[in-house]
Amino acid sequence: MTPIVSIQNLTKTYKSGLQALKPTSLDIRPGEIFALLGPNGAGKTTLISIICGIVTPTSGTVIADGHDIQEEYRDARMKIGLVPQELTSDRFETVWNTVRFSRGLFGRAPDDAYIEKVLRDLTLWEKRKDILQTLSGGMKRRVMIAKALSHEPSILFLDEPTAGVDVELRRDMWALVRRLRDDGVTIILTTHYIDEAEEMADRIGVINKGELILVEEKATLIKKLGKKQLTLVLQEPMTAVPAELAEWNLALKDGGHELEYTFDANAERKGIASLLRRVTDLNIGFRDVHTTQSSLEDIFVSLVSERGRA
Amino acid sequence: MNAPSFNAHGVWAIYRFELGRWFRTIWQSLATPVITTSLYFVVFGTAIGSRMGDIEGVSYGAYIVPGLIMLTVFTESIFNAAFGIYFPKFTGTIYELLSAPVSAFEAVLAYVGAAVTKSVVLGLVILGTASLIVPIHIEHPFAMLTFLVLISATFCLFGFIIGVLSNNFEQMQVVPMLVVTPLTFLGGAFYSINMLAPFWQTVAHFNPVVYLISGFRWSFFGKGDVGIEVSLAATFAMFLVFLGVVAWIFKTGYRLKN
Repeated sequence: MTPIVSIQNLTKTYKSGLQALKPTSLDIRPGEIFALLGPNGAGKTTLISIICGIVTPTSGTVIADGHDIQEEYRDARMKIGLVPQELTSDRFETVWNTVRFSRGLFGRAPDDAYIEKVLRDLTLWEKRKDILQTLSGGMKRRVMIAKALSHEPSILFLDEPTAGVDVELRRDMWALVRRLRDDGVTIILTTHYIDEAEEMADRIGVINKGELILVEEKATLIKKLGKKQLTLVLQEPMTAVPAELAEWNLALKDGGHELEYTFDANAERKGIASLLRRVTDLNIGFRDVHTTQSSLEDIFVSLVSERGRA
Repeated sequence: MNAPSFNAHGVWAIYRFELGRWFRTIWQSLATPVITTSLYFVVFGTAIGSRMGDIEGVSYGAYIVPGLIMLTVFTESIFNAAFGIYFPKFTGTIYELLSAPVSAFEAVLAYVGAAVTKSVVLGLVILGTASLIVPIHIEHPFAMLTFLVLISATFCLFGFIIGVLSNNFEQMQVVPMLVVTPLTFLGGAFYSINMLAPFWQTVAHFNPVVYLISGFRWSFFGKGDVGIEVSLAATFAMFLVFLGVVAWIFKTGYRLKN
């Protein structure tokens, strides 16, 4: 499948000497939702800003929907929509005018019917005559999305799209992003909210200190790197883990009332059954058994902290 | 859909947006310079001017009209263009311009075009106001309009550069207030430099504003402090210098993007 965005050996070093982006290569598939995770200053916004034309790369190439972002910047930029992290707006303009302005700026002929559709989809239609400075933060965020969609882009970058919005609006945003994907728009989003990536993304990239650490299908990532824990709630507390259970490397928790077995998701089958058999053979009574699986957040924190130590 | 080689919709969108911003405050935008200029006419043209003789055969009241129009056009052109590009930088909406399929030429055409429109309208409104106070006859109306547009464009380009370089609103005011206004006062806005002592006449020729005011005044009265060809050449030269700097700013992204 031909990628809709192809990034090859992209780097960015600012005049200050700060290397914001180490050589980075990445292919984004058409129609997917790709989440870029990383701590503050990791290089997420730099990467997006280069692709959108706001920051000039030091080296490397980016092809967006078949067009080099520098050699054929007009064609490339017409395919790209950007919702930046900061809430910026022409505060004295009306919603309608600012969205209409964006469409024209991106080289599209006026199409009031399309703008009406965008505003209705974003539940902004009733606010179309309102001045931007009178809108709430959440509404302004919707206006910025409307502006980014005004020229019918095939690629949409959302830089921290739900930063500072309430839970209800976040859910609405997620639903909107899914609808856009269903309409064929490729979505690349950066987020601090791991649950957002977990909820929406098809694939996940983790970036830290300007380096793309990994790119993986979300499900595969959780399966590959996820840890599972089996907890046995004991009938009688123990003072130490029996030597016969040493091979499972168990931990004694809750003052000796729980035995905890941590294992890779891949090793799930062979570990649990043999452990439970041995526990039964040793006549260790337990009242309850439950398992937990590490979330994307645990994986992310683990990855970033490992790199930090390296 | 492939992008057109010239983003006419983009240019029109910026132009409309900039004029829309102006129209929101149209009365303040026009009233302030018109009132200020009218006061100049009242003080210099009527009160003091009536005690002064003609200059090169033109009544003093009429003689200062081109200079007063230029004074306003210089400062308003700089401020309008500087504000046009500085405000998106200040609010952060510049990201949209930088990520749009708009070339440097198109952006300058739109921003400077809008600023020039405002300046030309303002210049004509001041001219209309002046004609209510003193009788004015324009010998070369086409040349007057040409100079008005060209000088407006030159100072709008200058303002654009100032807007890009400014880090705050105060810095935007520095050049118009501390450089352009004094040079205009010393550049023959209210007098002919031929009235100065020979030494100061020589010094005045180093003031670029002299050539602009002289050319504009020539279009009114058929006479100026320097030859019309020299005025026209100097005006074009200034226009090209500022245009070159603006083109370089967009090409390199200097102070616009990292």
